[in-house]
Amino acid sequence: MLKAAAAALAAALALVVAGAAEAQEEAPPPPHQTWSFDGVFGTYNEATLQRGFAVYQQVCSACHPVTHLYFRDLEKIGYTEDEVKGIAAKYTVTAGPNKEGQMFKRPARPADHIPGPFPNDEAARAANNGGLPPDLSLITLARDGGPDYVYAIVGLGFTKPPPGFKPIPGTYYNQYFAGNHIKMPPPLHPGAVKFDGQPASVPQMAHDVAAFLNWAAEPNLDERHQTGAKVVLFLVVAVIVFYAAKRRIWSRIPH
Amino acid sequence: MAAPPPEAHSAARTPATGYGRLTRWIDYRLPFIASMEHHFTDYPTPVNLNYWWNFGSLAGIILVIMIVTGVTLAMYYTPDASLAFDSVQRIMRDVNYGWLIRYIHMNGASAFFLIVYIHLFRGLYYGSYKYPRELLWILGVIILLLMIATAFMGYVLPWGQMSYWAATVITNLFSAIPVIGHPIVTLLWGGYVVGDPTLHRFFALHYLLPFIIVAVIGLHLIALHQHGSNNPLGIDKRGPQDTIPFHPYYTIKDMFGLMVFLLLFALVVFYIPNYLVEPDNYIPANSLQTPPHIVPEWYLLPFYAILRSITFTIFGIPAKLLGVCAALGAMLILFFVPWLDTSPVRSARFRPVYKWVYWLLPISLIALGWVGAHEPKGIVVIIGQIATAYFYFHFLILLPVLGKFERPRPLPISIAAAVLGPRAAVAGAAEGQ
Repeated sequence: MLKAAAAALAAALALVVAGAAEAQEEAPPPPHQTWSFDGVFGTYNEATLQRGFAVYQQVCSACHPVTHLYFRDLEKIGYTEDEVKGIAAKYTVTAGPNKEGQMFKRPARPADHIPGPFPNDEAARAANNGGLPPDLSLITLARDGGPDYVYAIVGLGFTKPPPGFKPIPGTYYNQYFAGNHIKMPPPLHPGAVKFDGQPASVPQMAHDVAAFLNWAAEPNLDERHQTGAKVVLFLVVAVIVFYAAKRRIWSRIPH
Repeated sequence: MAAPPPEAHSAARTPATGYGRLTRWIDYRLPFIASMEHHFTDYPTPVNLNYWWNFGSLAGIILVIMIVTGVTLAMYYTPDASLAFDSVQRIMRDVNYGWLIRYIHMNGASAFFLIVYIHLFRGLYYGSYKYPRELLWILGVIILLLMIATAFMGYVLPWGQMSYWAATVITNLFSAIPVIGHPIVTLLWGGYVVGDPTLHRFFALHYLLPFIIVAVIGLHLIALHQHGSNNPLGIDKRGPQDTIPFHPYYTIKDMFGLMVFLLLFALVVFYIPNYLVEPDNYIPANSLQTPPHIVPEWYLLPFYAILRSITFTIFGIPAKLLGVCAALGAMLILFFVPWLDTSPVRSARFRPVYKWVYWLLPISLIALGWVGAHEPKGIVVIIGQIATAYFYFHFLILLPVLGKFERPRPLPISIAAAVLGPRAAVAGAAEGQ
């Protein structure tokens, strides 16, 4: 029974995998990139994440919020407490009410959410030709392909449309976007952001911002991988110990 | 004052010597230790159980894991339509080890179903539902139905796009029922659309149902211990030579199996925690935007496929109602398996035909799972219809007819005879008496 069950299970898994891969629509699957956080021992690279944050701040944040991030979270990508205070202070948030019952504006503090570009979704739509720029703090979990998808959209997708492609006014052709009509104009241009004073290339910016957004979606990935290694190691030992104990106890009786 | 209770009088129920006065005092009044000994230590278990028998205790352990992680999550989760999605992110980001607890709970649901499905198919292969274990089987089916309801409501709680639309699609199915359908849907929703009241009541029920599952598992265990476990040979135990005490033999075997399971489970939780998640569920629920494909979790895909396979009307009954009946029927038919299978022999080992045709059932269910994950067009619909037809054929025609015509192979005299050889069995029997 065991062999047959294993075969049935393998067939089931193959079907599930095939099903998962096929689930998305026409757009081709984003090509796989190499990420520092891939694999069992993968970790984030702080320099990459900080460059990616610069790209987000200088380019993406004009339209996209990172709803679930606080300024204090930036300490996890290598900024010091004072640096984070400085970054936050450049933003203004509405606070209050004060003792007179008035709301007031004040510089942001590390404990504040990073404010988005628009006060609400309606304002965002009004400013973006009817399109709603999605929150980016979960984008790599909310799209098949994760960081590969982000990289493909901003780094690879804005190519010349194929012959016969019917453009829709107010949209752009993007090879990796479902339906190919995207309302976002190509966001990255060579040199749009400077890394250490050097103008950055589009692939580098795309890579770094995708890595940053993956961190924004899963800030605990490093801890997860490291804890996982310990837990798995412990359980491997436990499996061996319990197997030996089981053999030994069962050797007392004929079976 | 009366003399101290004569503990010796309850010899049958009193723990063996070696317990202190306090234990004996308690046990005389509340036979907890004695019952534990009776049911978990001395409990005579067939000597020949294979590893497929590990999945029952494994299911119990994963339920405990689900309840512990679930109660913990409930301390931080907010069942309010405007706050639920953000409260889950709060758990993932700011609660200490919140990410770990949620990933365990999320993947634990899949693990629980995988284990229970294996447990169920083990029962089907070895005929564990046959006399005198029919009620044991029926209680198991009730547990499965409660699990499906619990898992569905739990899936709604994160209030992502797939949560919202799964809730909409599944609850809408009840509207197919004539006359009372729409009132039922309104009751489930707590209004005229899926919304905040729906989320609140699903949370309340998602918290309640697992404890009802625990109660039914209690009955499942009482029924199990009435006649004891079935075994791979499917023959009754005839004496002490056929059994061994549950502890230490099966406790250690279950512990070993548990460690193997935890290892595989840890690999999923720590390295591919979102593998089974639809990315759409990381987008907050939006009643104005329908996701391109609405799919249930993998463990419900076969039933979803059966539902969608009915694309035709019969005698003017609409396809939707027929589909709902077919999907519901696929679950309810399990209740009747003890009477649909007419073979007097339990284990498929001694049923030369059933041994092979048995596998057509899991294959048809895997096919249905594949169908459920794909858009219902072209060949997908046809495969779904063939597999649905086979599913019903298997239970309604194959099982009853096969039992009448199949000639089973001769059964061993006893478990001990089969396991140890006839001579050892005789010696064992003599020793036992």
